[in-house]
Amino acid sequence: MSGFAFNDLRASFGDKRVVGPLSLEVQQGQHVALVGKSGAGKSTLIKLLYERLTHQASLVPQGLGLVNALPVFHNVFMGQLDKHPLWYNTLTLIRPFRKDRDTVGALLNKLSISDKQWTPAASLSGGQRQRVAIARALYRNANILLADEPISALDEPMAHLVMKALTDQFSTSVIALHDVDMALAYCTRIVGIQDGRIALDQPASELQAADIMALY
Amino acid sequence: MLSYPTVRASLLFLAIAVAGLFVADIAITTANPWRDLGQFFIGVATPNFFSTEGLLTALLRTVAFGFVGVALGSFFGFLLALVYRLLPVRIFCAFIRAIHELFWALIFLQFFGFHPLTGVLAIAIPYAGIFAKVYSEILEESDPEPSRLLPPGTSAIASFLYARIPDCWVQIRTYTAYRLECGLRSSAILGFVGLPTLGFYLESSFSQGMYSDAGAMLILFYVLIATMPIWVRPKLLPAYLLAAPFFLGEGFPIVWGNVERFFTEDIVPSPLRNGEGLAGLSSWLGDVMITEALPGIWNTVVLTQIALVATGLLSLLAFPLISKHFTGPVRRTSGHVFLVIARSTPEYILAYILLQLWGPSMLPAVVALALHNGGIIGHLIGRQTNTIELRPDAPAGFTRYSWELVPRVYRSFLAFLFYRWEIIMRETAILGILGIYTLGFYVDSAIQNIQFDRAMILILITASLNIGVDVLGRYIRRKLALQTMPTC
Repeated sequence: MSGFAFNDLRASFGDKRVVGPLSLEVQQGQHVALVGKSGAGKSTLIKLLYERLTHQASLVPQGLGLVNALPVFHNVFMGQLDKHPLWYNTLTLIRPFRKDRDTVGALLNKLSISDKQWTPAASLSGGQRQRVAIARALYRNANILLADEPISALDEPMAHLVMKALTDQFSTSVIALHDVDMALAYCTRIVGIQDGRIALDQPASELQAADIMALY
Repeated sequence: MLSYPTVRASLLFLAIAVAGLFVADIAITTANPWRDLGQFFIGVATPNFFSTEGLLTALLRTVAFGFVGVALGSFFGFLLALVYRLLPVRIFCAFIRAIHELFWALIFLQFFGFHPLTGVLAIAIPYAGIFAKVYSEILEESDPEPSRLLPPGTSAIASFLYARIPDCWVQIRTYTAYRLECGLRSSAILGFVGLPTLGFYLESSFSQGMYSDAGAMLILFYVLIATMPIWVRPKLLPAYLLAAPFFLGEGFPIVWGNVERFFTEDIVPSPLRNGEGLAGLSSWLGDVMITEALPGIWNTVVLTQIALVATGLLSLLAFPLISKHFTGPVRRTSGHVFLVIARSTPEYILAYILLQLWGPSMLPAVVALALHNGGIIGHLIGRQTNTIELRPDAPAGFTRYSWELVPRVYRSFLAFLFYRWEIIMRETAILGILGIYTLGFYVDSAIQNIQFDRAMILILITASLNIGVDVLGRYIRRKLALQTMPTC
């Protein structure tokens, strides 16, 4: 069971209401794209969902949340710190085990950054950093994916590769996207956000790019 | 101009310092101060490195005490930093760092005697308080996002190791290395109360007029500090830390009876010890306040305010020495040397030397504090001006100084100055041991008269005064919206 239904989602910044109140139900197997103008409340909604799901989801936040001083390997490995005892994690910090090196290496290979496995995150380019955060989300392998603009810094072939990997691995996802064509290509349901409320909620198959552009 | 709060604050402090000059004793009392000063400089110019074999031992002990003290301080400081958000921990740390290393040494000397533990604890305890504060600030500034993204079952320790420590590791390392340099200075001056470090030999050669020996020691000390980047290497650190405890020397064994007596008898206020009750205690406290604490506080505050402003003036005069906007490379190098010497000489040693040469008054203390602190701030500000790019047609000379640079660096200059206010006051109090009538003088006299109860009260008063100035300094920095990184 990995669908969810939340009522009365709301968030304010000072006394300005940013999101809601709104209700959102997502069924298992749905890939939901959140679309809308920047500032409409998509990022806040993703954060709210992450809190409501008590962190039981793979999250790719807009700020990526990488530890800049650590190499790519450790940034990805952090997705499974809960799976190992403390001594294992501590030893991995000093010298990773072969098994994990191989798993993480394969994942990085899929995202074409395997050559950066031991590079500190601080010295990566924007697109590489984004792929590290995506690798961490994939490695964590939760049932649900929450992602906030996960392909904003990627070129088109790479963006397709990432969207495919994400929607293949996670059975359920909520992804904020500004690229309408990507949303229609990879998601099954489009939710349009306007001024913190849901202004559009349709299956992707029933929509054209022009229908969504009305939101912008 | 007067509409700027920073300018108004500066003028207020300037006025207080000028008023202080009228009430302060700033006379030169020795018969021939300039001849003495000249002889001292001749001594430094003709150093004698081979007079006693004790010199190298003293250098070794200085390094050993510095390493062990700073290592223990940073270890316990780190543990304290993890619980620093608790108010009792914060108060405890503020208290232990408000008491100067030399005061701690004087306290431990009374019951541990000349045991290595005295010197080690005298450094480790106040440093732990400082490390706790700075480490916790560094940890607090680390990016909270990575730990929010960890899976819910992650243990707190694993989360700390992966998501917090790596983010602040470089800052922690830089700050600890910087404190190690401070620790070597602290270790050197512990010699002035009798521990076997450089200060001890400096004092004895000075009192015998052997200026060339004293000069050799000072030069070795500068070389030791200046070459730290070469001999303090991350890979060598474990070896140093393992070896250092073995080079502290034997000292004298601890007499545990003394320890017990110190806590159960010596520091208990004498009226209570003699069964005079609360009435006796209040008249005793009144006596301590009127004859010792109040004059000590007054002199400490007056001297601190004068030294603070003198430090500020000197920093503003000195920063062009290393600023790329003023001097050619040759003059800039000599400016660097002057500032390095000014800031790596502990103010206590500077004050000691100037007191020997000029006689006891507030003047040597003011000059020593201003040289040392002005050297530090001047260096930091000068370095900051080097990151400023001026437009190609910017004016030159004094106009460049007053119109282009000072306005740009004035806020950070004030931030550093107010940050060092509390440090200057701590030093001012301690300089009393050298014979200036600040709080340290009364503490030292009480100890000489074996009145440890009085000494403890006076040390507590000194600590509260330092905490008060620290709070006030932070308030002013917040009011003027000034930000800075810690300096020592």
